[in-house]
Amino acid sequence: MKNRLLTSIRKAQHKESKLFCAYLTLGYPNMDTTQRLIHAFQAEGVDMIELGFPFSDPLADGPTIQHASELALKRGVRLKDAFSMARRIRQAGNEIPLIFFGYFNPIFHYGCRRFAQEAKRAGFDALIVPDLPPDSERTFRKDCRHVGLLQIFLIAPTTSNKRAGMIANASSGFIYYVSVRGVTGVRHSLPRDIGRHLREIKKRIRQPILIGFGVSTPEQAKALSRFSSGVIVGSALIDQIRLSHGKISRVIGLVRRMVRALKKKNPPYPC
Amino acid sequence: MKSLKIQSLPDKSGYFGIFGGRYVPETLMKALEDLTRAYYAFKRDKQFQGELNDYLESYAGRPTPVYEAKNLTAHFGKAAVYLKREDLCHTGAHKINNTLGQGLLAKRLGKKRIVAETGAGQHGVAAATAACVFGLECVVYMGDLDIRRQALNVYKMKLLGAEVRPVHSGSKTLKDATNEAIRDWVSNVETTHYLLGSVVGPHPYPEMVRDFQSVIGKETRRFFLMHKTRLPDYLIACVGGGSNAMGFFYPFLRDRDVRLYGIEAAGRGLGSGLHAASLTCGTHGVLHGMKSYLLQDGDGQVRLAHSISAGLDYPSVGPEHAYLKESGRVKYKTATDREALEGFQLLTRHEGIMPALEPAHAIGYLKHLLPRTKRDEICVVCLSGRGDKDIDTVKRTIS
Repeated sequence: MKNRLLTSIRKAQHKESKLFCAYLTLGYPNMDTTQRLIHAFQAEGVDMIELGFPFSDPLADGPTIQHASELALKRGVRLKDAFSMARRIRQAGNEIPLIFFGYFNPIFHYGCRRFAQEAKRAGFDALIVPDLPPDSERTFRKDCRHVGLLQIFLIAPTTSNKRAGMIANASSGFIYYVSVRGVTGVRHSLPRDIGRHLREIKKRIRQPILIGFGVSTPEQAKALSRFSSGVIVGSALIDQIRLSHGKISRVIGLVRRMVRALKKKNPPYPC
Repeated sequence: MKSLKIQSLPDKSGYFGIFGGRYVPETLMKALEDLTRAYYAFKRDKQFQGELNDYLESYAGRPTPVYEAKNLTAHFGKAAVYLKREDLCHTGAHKINNTLGQGLLAKRLGKKRIVAETGAGQHGVAAATAACVFGLECVVYMGDLDIRRQALNVYKMKLLGAEVRPVHSGSKTLKDATNEAIRDWVSNVETTHYLLGSVVGPHPYPEMVRDFQSVIGKETRRFFLMHKTRLPDYLIACVGGGSNAMGFFYPFLRDRDVRLYGIEAAGRGLGSGLHAASLTCGTHGVLHGMKSYLLQDGDGQVRLAHSISAGLDYPSVGPEHAYLKESGRVKYKTATDREALEGFQLLTRHEGIMPALEPAHAIGYLKHLLPRTKRDEICVVCLSGRGDKDIDTVKRTIS
């Protein structure tokens, strides 16, 4: 089954270029802006979009995304809006890989199998559920595999090497490496031991690894891409959206600088 | 054989039937595995158990008495009413049973710092107290709304040297304090133990907290076997997260003749939407690391709970309660804010005991339960805490 995310990863590997994944909270500050940003990001060379579905209790998120989620929910964002957003993106002919990012309860409440089918049909390619480690809900994994929705799992700095191997086996597409012990949010500096832990883990993993949590500047993105196949940027973009009061050109500008820094050829680390 | 199975839960992955489990960010998985391993080791460790028992006896004041409430019995004229007096524990509620256990465990794990969430402030005070005894740094997260309605306990925690961090997100109550405590734990997982206050959260918390609290039920059982040579017919306890009820019921689960009643907070009435009756009105869901019953809207967003008592103001419930409800072993009923206040006044006037508003729900439910009982039967209420902390609320509401 063809999957846009796999295609995009393969293309990047072929070109030996790094991957840039941009996170957006669905409906923050409104649905229209989310849609415009997805199209604009694609035009800037962003490789994939992680579309965050707002949840009332986002316990892996810091203040920035908490605030965005709260506001989106106040505006009445529903699960069906996530599906219709994906459909609209596809109808416009945009084939950028879309990853659904969301906490488990709304998915569980909707019905796991029904969710996997709907999400895939609407145009999502993959799924990240931050509060669902691969040990739980194995039937849901089957549901996803059955419809061709990739499930991306996270590895944290506290994850043992053995466990990292298990997670990698369960994960499809890529591995989401959490850079810090903590919640999402902009950070001025990132831990120094990332390189060491990643080197260990890479011995056991074939999939590409993308680093997320705290990646805030083009320089950080560049530095982290030395240890990985790319980066995921979320809170820094959401902050920029908040500060720019509807003028999305500044958000796009930040993404442009990040993509440029990341894609500049460098002594390569093969992706 | 089904009853035997009930007592050996949870399974290895932390499930009670389909409830429980570990639904947490990956960063916490190692800490939960370490905690589970350490807890199982200490469960078998005689020295640890001995040390804990010493603290429970000489520090917390256990065993707590079982009191025959003759005036209350006469008032209803049916089954004899007894009270398990957890309100006489040090710090005024059953919460200390758990915080001493987990505090001792945290110390053995080499942790320097504990974080806790609190609603009514009873768990916060008990956690701060345990932190004092074991020389741990203590940070308590408390919803902004709860800080205002439980000022006395906030001040107590500060006197005990704990830092109380107000939580302004969401409903500004226990649910949000729990989110914030988990976020702190994720950020400081190597130095910090999360001292969860109820039988909720990811495995092993529901099991561990139940075990620490089951001293309540064990003492009750021993009392009746020794002094009455029989077991009681009814046990009744309030259920928010459900720790006092779980600890009270657990040693009786195999005694099929003992009927168990858990009372949830119906707030302003189940029809009003302003309640905290997750077992009665909720559906299956996942929050705070566990699968259980949950108050949620049609889109799986968590709904706000409401109760006059901050300690019951929680939109979910321990996974073992969810299991016991579905297996039919425990019956879950509700009492409204008003019935809880009636319960408060009833016990105060008849027995000279001011209950916390949480167990006042169980007292308030007696008027529904007792008329169906017989004169030679025995009904025991778990009086989980004393009412000093609620005097302001009572004063405001009654007058």
